[in-house]
This record gives sequence, structure tokens and C-alpha cells, in this order.
Amino acid sequence: MAEITSPTVATSGLQGNFVQTRKHVDVPEGLWLKCAGCGEMIFRKDMEENLHTCPGCDHHFRLSARQRIKILTDDGSFEETNASLVSRDPISFSAKKAYKQQIAAIRQATGSCDALVSGKAFIKGRPLMLAVMDFDFLAGSMGAVVGEKITRSIEKALADKLPLVIVSCSGGARMQESTISLMQMAKTSAALARFHAAGGLFVSVLTDPTTGGTTASFAMLGDVIFAEPKAMIGFAGPRTIANTIRVELPEGFQRAEFLLQKGFVDRIVPRRELRSQIARTIDYCGK
Amino acid sequence: MAKQVKRKAATQAPAHKTVAEPQAQAVESTLLEAETLALRAGPAGMALEFEKPILKLERQILDLVQLQEQKGVDYNTEIRQLRDNLTSLLKKTYQNLSAWETVQVARHPARPQTRDYIDLLVTDFDELHGDRKFGDDLAIVTGTGRIAGHKVMLVGHHKGRDTREKIACNFGCAHPEGYRKALAKMQFAAKFKLPIVTFIDTQGAYPGLGSEERGVAEAIAVNLREMALLPTPIICIVIGEGGSGGALGIGVGDRLAMMEFAWYSVISPEGCSGILWKGSQNAPDAAEALKLTSRHLKSLGVIDEIIREPLGGAHRNPRAAADAIERYIDRTLRELKPLSAEKLTDTRYDRLRKLGADTIEVA
Ligand SMILES: [Zn+2]
Repeated sequence: MAEITSPTVATSGLQGNFVQTRKHVDVPEGLWLKCAGCGEMIFRKDMEENLHTCPGCDHHFRLSARQRIKILTDDGSFEETNASLVSRDPISFSAKKAYKQQIAAIRQATGSCDALVSGKAFIKGRPLMLAVMDFDFLAGSMGAVVGEKITRSIEKALADKLPLVIVSCSGGARMQESTISLMQMAKTSAALARFHAAGGLFVSVLTDPTTGGTTASFAMLGDVIFAEPKAMIGFAGPRTIANTIRVELPEGFQRAEFLLQKGFVDRIVPRRELRSQIARTIDYCGK
Repeated sequence: MAKQVKRKAATQAPAHKTVAEPQAQAVESTLLEAETLALRAGPAGMALEFEKPILKLERQILDLVQLQEQKGVDYNTEIRQLRDNLTSLLKKTYQNLSAWETVQVARHPARPQTRDYIDLLVTDFDELHGDRKFGDDLAIVTGTGRIAGHKVMLVGHHKGRDTREKIACNFGCAHPEGYRKALAKMQFAAKFKLPIVTFIDTQGAYPGLGSEERGVAEAIAVNLREMALLPTPIICIVIGEGGSGGALGIGVGDRLAMMEFAWYSVISPEGCSGILWKGSQNAPDAAEALKLTSRHLKSLGVIDEIIREPLGGAHRNPRAAADAIERYIDRTLRELKPLSAEKLTDTRYDRLRKLGADTIEVA
């Protein structure tokens, strides 16, 4: 598993280094691929038909937002909202390369406008507002567009009395929008404060990875918090922590199971059970 | 206890207070403060690189003053000339600080910190400890007191002055219990309609094992959510460093102000440099790119006001810096206190809601 430093993500703390596994390292093109969990060579088709998990060891491969929506929602039920919101590069960020050109290139390559897809959807017949972060777009980082789309999703769920589901997959706040990104943490959390006060149900789903400013805002504010097995979830990146305290980090540190044990996640939900788990929670809360 | 640790910058500040003629007084007190600084540490003691010519000039003035006293010779003309030179040099230097120099001023070892400002502008301060859950994190100070006569709950990061105090409060990098302590005290304040004043001064929340185990992300997230709805006025002031989520964790309110030479950003310049250049050597470039100065953030609409610092920065005259903060808090609380809780939280939401809204467009 190749570790690289994310070029885009500002976690908290004294250093912003964040370790990730790039998708193309995880899943090279071809008929076969090597599973990052068990190291075995597996059929790509088997993996994909198995909701992008390893048939042998249940390793959960990372999903793009579109893939997630496809496997999570009822067929053809997803109606996207605010699809074409794009960043205007609020601080004209330019260091090493210009942010404006960087996002233009990524938009071209991914066909996405930013790092979050949101809209109305049905899961097992239950209507809800859904927002899914997209790691392929600048490590799923939250800038003004992501913050605005999440806030609009919360406000729409509030207005239409719908449950809200946010699937996080993000390295944190987006460095290139600096304080504007940081303020999205406050904005989304304030919107959730109103949503909670009005009795709305918010299901927060944490997937690999959920770190930095994403964790320290909406992702940790669910009425229920589900996590996919072994997902990395934390605030500061492991390398930052290792550099600060200069000790070796314990096995499984910042993995979903660790957070469950420490009391910050309600349930670990395997991907194949996520649809029924969300539907059951919605029913239970009478939403 | 950190409270017993002497805080030099504040306690050695000149005793006389600016009253009638702010202009003339400001110059004189700057010099007196400069003279005490020079006496205490020697010109090179705490000097930032770009401060060295300033401190050299201060040393010359000091020598002449001492000579005059010892020998009874009249050097007043020379001293006046040097003092004029010093004032223009200070003005010239501080009007043109780069972003990176601003970061250095915000980190200046003699810059007043939360406990200094408590000594200088809070009367009847009663420190309140502990989060009632895990412990008492000294990286965040909380307590009740009066500012300009207003009863308030004060919440502020504190970095510490000497080594012992710095270690006791983790250099101002709070653990989750710090944020939970802050929230507990703020909820207490809201119950009794006490306005809340927060002083932000941190490089970030503490990135460590215990911090993660005890859920620092959750602690910050809950503060963001709860501060949005607390039914009492909240004024937040970045007094030094505004490092990312650790700063924001006590930074949601009705007003956000920054001291002139403070910085506020999603990541430290060193962190940004580490990501882009694999090392901290490009921190000056990163500081420039991150638009982290008070002037930038005012024009971006992130902050409401810049609190002007005395000539040469708050560390040259903590008293004057405290006075400026006191005036800002007094004026702002007079605006906010008459508002109903509903009006207050609605306006607070609108303020947060707009953040970044004009930085996006439909493709
Ligand atoms: Zn496997």
C-alpha cells in the first residue's frame, strides 16, 4: 500500500500531513487486482459485484460518490440538486500551482464540479436527503461548495421534513480556500443545530477516510453515527501525531473499530447491510 | 498552578494609562515600554529579525538617557531626534509587514496572552476549572469577570510564558477536555444571560493519542453546533494565532474580530508548506498564499473588525492593546445586549450562513 501525502487537505494541528491510499494504487486497471486487505489477487468483476468489497477478506474498497449513490439508493430514485455549483477560488490561492487551474483540470478529469454530490433519494422506499462526499475530487476536501451543498441539503431536509444522510469520505477542510473552508465547519454545524432543534433525523455514515475538519464538524454530529469496517476516522493525520508525540501509534489506531471502542461511533455497518440499516433507523425514529 | 506564574510583559508594562492625549501618550509609553524591554532582555533577547534595527535604536536612546542621568549632561535634543527616528522606523516597519512577519509578531515571545489580558482588563476574575468529565485542561482558561463593567464569561486559549507554564498548558494546544470545559462554562453563562467573550490564541488542537482517543473532533464539532444556538451574546477575538479547528472550537459567535497582527487560517504556514513543499522551509510563501492576515480576512468578510494594535505591536505596549480590546468589547456588548435571544441567534445564523456563499457560482 503506497502512502502518499495528500496535496490538498488541511487537517488541524501543527502539521497538515495526511496519509491516504490513492485509488489508482488500490485499484489498477485490468481484469485482476491485488486486494489491499489480504494481498490476494482477485477478479475485478467479483469485487465490483460484491459492492466493491473483497470476496475473500471483506476489505471495503473506496467508492466514488456516484458509485456510492448507485449501491445505496433505490434504482433511479436519485434526483441531484445543486449539481453545477463551482468554486470561484475565493482567495486566489497560488502556491506551487494555481488552485484555479488545479480545479479546472480535476473537473475535466472527473466530470464533477466539486467534492460532494447531493440530492433527494429513496432507500428501500424511504425518501431522504442524501449528500455523499467524493474522495476523487481533491481528497474529498471541504471548501465553500461542499459546505454550501451540505448546508442546503440540511435546510432542504428541514423544510421538507425528510431524514438526512451524509456519507463522509474526506481528508478535511480544503487548504486552498483557507479560512473560507474553515468557516464551512461552523456553517454546516450551525445548520445542523437548527435541524436537531426541529427534530430532524441525521444519519452520519463515516467511510474511509474521514478526517480533519470534516470529522470535527458535521460528521460527528449525527443522531446515529455508522462507520464502515476498518475506515480511518480521526482529526489529526497519523503522521502529524507520530511527528508530535514521537511514539509508535497502536495497532488499529483511528480505525472504525477503535472509535467504536472509545465510544465515538454507534455501529460498524458492513457495506452490504448499510441500506437496510439506514431504512431500519428511519423507521425506528418514525421519520 | 499557572495562575501563580509571573507574566512579565503585562506586569512590567508602564503604569500610567492613556487618557487625554492618545497621540502624545502613545509615543511616550511606547518608548517606556521599549526601554523596559531593552533593559530586561537586551536588544537581541527576544528580537525578531526585522525588529533588530528598532531595538538597536532603542538601546541608543536608553544609553543616552542613562548617561544624562549619571553625568547631568543635557542630551534632550539628541534623545528627541532619536525618538522621532524610532517612531518613523516603527511606523515604516509595521505598516509593511509581510504575512510571514505578521505570523512572527503573533508568536512573539513577549506578546500578551489570555492571562495577561485577564490581568489588564478583567476585574473580579474568578477562574472556573474543569470539564466535569475528565479533567482540567489549562490550554483553555475559563472564568467569570467584568470587562468595562460588563459581567462576562471569559474563555481563552493560553500558551504559557515560561517553560513550566508552557508545558502545563501544552503551549495552548487544547485536548478535548479543554473544549468540553469551554462548552460547560459557556452553557452556564447562557443560562444566566452572561455574555461570552473568547480569546483565540492557538496553533491548533493538540494532535496526540489521548486527544484522538477522547474524541477531539467530536468535542470541537459539538462546540460549533452548540455555540450557534447559545442564547447570549458571544464575541470572539483572535488575539494571536488562529490555528484551524482548534481555534474555531471556541470561535463561533455574533462577532469575530482580530487583533491587527494576529493570523487565522485553516492550516499553519508550516503545515501548508509541509504539504506543498515537503518541509517547513517555504512557510513564508505559504503564509502569503493562505491570506491569513487581519486585513485579508476583513476584505474577505470573514471577520467583522480589526482591533488596531499599538505602534510596533501589542508586545510593545500590552496596556494599550488591552485598552483597545476593552473598548471594542464595551462598544460591541452595548450593541448586542439589548437584542432578544431569538434575534441574536437568528442574526448569528445569517452571519454564518453567508460565509463563502459569494465565493461560489453556478458553472
Ligand atoms: Zn481481500
